[in-house]
Formats: sequence, structure tokens, C-alpha cells
Amino acid sequence: MALDRIMDIAGSGLSAQLVRMNTTASNIANSGVVAGSEAEAFRGKRAVFQTILDQTAVRNAMQAVGGVRVDRVVDDVRPLQEMYSPGHPQANELGYVWGSNVNEVEEMIEMLDASRGYQNNVEVIKTSKDLMMRTLEIAKA
Amino acid sequence: MSTIKDYFGLNEQALQLRNTRLELLSQNIANAATPNYRARDLDFAAAMRRAGSQVNLTATAGNHMRQSPLQTNIASGAVVFRVPLNPSVDNNTVEIGVEQAKFGRAAAEYQASLQFLENRISGLRKALRGE
Repeated sequence: MALDRIMDIAGSGLSAQLVRMNTTASNIANSGVVAGSEAEAFRGKRAVFQTILDQTAVRNAMQAVGGVRVDRVVDDVRPLQEMYSPGHPQANELGYVWGSNVNEVEEMIEMLDASRGYQNNVEVIKTSKDLMMRTLEIAKA
Repeated sequence: MSTIKDYFGLNEQALQLRNTRLELLSQNIANAATPNYRARDLDFAAAMRRAGSQVNLTATAGNHMRQSPLQTNIASGAVVFRVPLNPSVDNNTVEIGVEQAKFGRAAAEYQASLQFLENRISGLRKALRGE
């Protein structure tokens, strides 16, 4: 129960936002991937966050929560782009290829949101570090 | 010993409560993108009132557990849920602008409590030195 707990919480926020940024980067990088079947086609990925419950607090019925972590990464279920392109080397016998269902505009927004979330947590760490240093100097008063 | 404790008064508890508040707000900021997360805050006035009227349990043996004043306060329900200004689709009630403003203010309040405590310490030191 001290200022270092704040650092742990904000640190978990940093790593969760990093996973989110990673999935976004992967989505953007793979947005142009084309596959010869629906099953092989690239589907956009999304990180789902979950609150970490503080176990000792749960035992004391205090309902306290801790930081955040990535619960799972889910696939985007929206339909894929089906394109008729008989000359494509990966086309199936009917001449179809499947492109990814990644929406680049959405990914850019997701990236901005993740980076803002990251910055917020960095500010929290900075502030609590300053307060910690000041508290250490209390004896000099 | 108890006179020195009386001299510090509620400043010590106040600093601890300020720290708890900062912790809750940092949790809100970390969980700004978590679905179904409910933003929480400390009802500072209620917590302080409890800290003021607290009965201290005496430990008569070495292995008796001491309950910190902070734990009692949280357990007795000074933590409240925030009512969002604008509800969101994923049931998350964190509004990052509000949380940032509150965090900044809570950090300033922490520094204020620290300053009060520092003043008390320097006063005590002066009295001890007999300057």
C-alpha cells in the first residue's frame, strides 16, 4: 500500500497498451495479404482488456482491483473481401481470392487511442515518481 | 510516545488516504480501455471522518494481527463508483479527461498533506533542539 503500487498499476497499463499497438501494427502490415481460401485469409485482430483482481483484497472482501492485462486477442468476424481475379497465382479453381477484412482507417484510430493510453500511464508514473522523491525528503524538513 | 502521535494528528492518516486515492485514480487510468470496467474513487470526506473516529485495537501478543487504518476505511465502504457524464457503448465508465484532471488535483493535494507533515516535523525538531 504505497506509491510503488501505483507504478505497478501504470506499468501493467503500459504493457497492455503495447500489446494493443502490436496487434494494430500487425493488422496494418497484413491488410494487403491475399489468400486462396476463406480459411487462410487474414482476419483483423483485436486485444480485449481485463482488470486484474487483487487476490489478497478479494479474500478480505474489499473488491479492490489492480492493473489491467490483455485477456485475449479476438479475430474480427466481419466478412472478408472476396475478389474475382482469375489471373492471380493464388486464385482457386473458380478464380476467386480472399483479401483481409482490415479497415485501415479504424486501425489508425485504434493506434492513436493506444498511444494516448500509453502516454497517460507514463504521466501517472512520472507524477508518482515525483511524489515518492518528495516523500523521501520529508525527514529533511 | 502518544503525545508525539497526537502532535501529528490526522496528518498521517490524511497522507495515507491521499495515497489510496492516487492509487484508485491510477487504476482508472490504466483501465481506460477495459470493457465493463467501473471507474472508482474515494469519498475523501467520509474516509477522513472514519479515520478521525477510529477505535484502535490493541495487540496484546506478538502474533496478533494489526489492522491498518487504511484497510478498515476501504472495507467500510469509502470507495464509491463514479457516475459518468456520458455513458459509453462498452459499459466502461472511465472518462479519461475527468480522470486526468482528478489525478492532477489529487497529486497536488498529496503534496499539500506532505507539506503539513513537514511543517509539523520541523516544528517538533525545533522544540527538541530548544532553539
